[in-house]
Amino acid sequence: MRIPCPFCGSRDSREFACRGDAAPRRPAGADSDAEAMFDYVYLRDNPAGPIEEYWYHAQGCRQWLVVHRDTRSHAVLGARFAAAGGRA
Amino acid sequence: MRYSLLQLARQALSGHKGWGPAWRDAAPRAAYDVVIVGGGGHGLATAYYLAKVHKITNVAVIERGWIGGGNAGRNTTIVRANYALPGNEPFYAFALRLWEGLERELNYNAMVSQRGVVNLFHTDAQRDAFARRGNAMRLHGVDAQLLDAEGVRKMAPFLAFDNARFPILGGLWHDRAGTARHDAVNWGYARAASALGVDIVQNCAVEGFERDASGAVVGVHTSLGPIRAGRVGLAVAGMSGVVAGLAGLRLPIESHVLQAFVTEGLKPLVPYVMNYGMGHFYISQSDKGGLVFGGGLDGYNSYAQRGGLPVVEDVCEAAMAMMPMVGRARILRSWGGIMDMSMDGSPIIDRTPVPGLYLNAGWCIGGFKATPAAGWAFAHLLARDEPHETARAYRLDRFRTGHLIDEKGAGAQPNLQ
Repeated sequence: MRIPCPFCGSRDSREFACRGDAAPRRPAGADSDAEAMFDYVYLRDNPAGPIEEYWYHAQGCRQWLVVHRDTRSHAVLGARFAAAGGRA
Repeated sequence: MRYSLLQLARQALSGHKGWGPAWRDAAPRAAYDVVIVGGGGHGLATAYYLAKVHKITNVAVIERGWIGGGNAGRNTTIVRANYALPGNEPFYAFALRLWEGLERELNYNAMVSQRGVVNLFHTDAQRDAFARRGNAMRLHGVDAQLLDAEGVRKMAPFLAFDNARFPILGGLWHDRAGTARHDAVNWGYARAASALGVDIVQNCAVEGFERDASGAVVGVHTSLGPIRAGRVGLAVAGMSGVVAGLAGLRLPIESHVLQAFVTEGLKPLVPYVMNYGMGHFYISQSDKGGLVFGGGLDGYNSYAQRGGLPVVEDVCEAAMAMMPMVGRARILRSWGGIMDMSMDGSPIIDRTPVPGLYLNAGWCIGGFKATPAAGWAFAHLLARDEPHETARAYRLDRFRTGHLIDEKGAGAQPNLQ
């Protein structure tokens, strides 16, 4: 797989570390209930198809990216900086 | 037809023209007591034990592809019971006992070979951890023996004992472990289940669930039409998230790809199943002569049944570090299977929040060894609506209540389990 890093350009995926699904949102604050935390930590949509994932460009610009990728074909559909809307 | 020496002799005299199909390729009927989704080893074993142990024979196993085409044909055939945690070890000990009687039970040659497994260790801390694991195994009636470097050297002189970075200090030997022929396990269960009246339906994909007014599952919608069912059991491994999603469930599971490899056929060379302790690598030799080996996950969600070259390189590096002679062998083929990676690395055999729908999933990278016990426990659950005594810990709600079975201590990181 090659990942189109917005800073470094198209790079081999082995320069990156995959952190996994970018969909879960950490419940805000100490007043969030246990059920929301359980959902965030453990439950996944696990889609067969397009997914957004966090990838860290460890051997490049050291930026966190959100990579749009198809889990059925491993086709990479796009990437953006996580800081620029990773938590849309 | 019962397989026997007499039968073989009789068929030989008639030019082997009398062998019938091993099992019946059925068309689905309108309704069953139990419908099992997924015709892999676990699904077929479940159907067999439902019919044999619980006398429930009005059962269908529906498979979207063909029998043996999923993970049943994509694993590395290892059978072992070397777990440490109390939630796991009794279950795998039970599985090992079932493996030991499997061929007689099914009247089918599954090529179960108890050649033993050795897990190598390379540091003092790892030796302590393996000593503890071995003690836990023995407390549950499973054999385990801690070997020092000399003990391992006697068994396998070809290993790189004096590797400067990762010297081999010894290993944990598990004598009753070994391998079994993966396809034959499937075919054997399919044949035995079919003989007891179970319908095996191939090329039949589940497209949705029939729900009654209360929301309970009372059937499945398939590519071959609707099938009503008293109870529906899911045993679909890497597709668990997708199929459970059709019933509106989200699971503590991600699907990942795990690769495996086989070399050209060689003369007998690796007499045991061997696990490297400093990197994810394991190897055994098939009866055909190929070295069967694999390593870790590619590390990203996948349904593609194939992985990438970085992991090929990583696995081959570990192979070279453990037994440099393997570098002379040529890899014949490689493949990927889709693993249902649970959040604590342990499986789920449980009811779901949806009445009528039962789940067997989350086997991560080790579902094959569990096949007989997973089938037994899932059949018990489907028949009696209560968990089997060896599978009580495999609850779906343990993630909510905090009763995790975190064998590896990796936490809620499916790609690290």
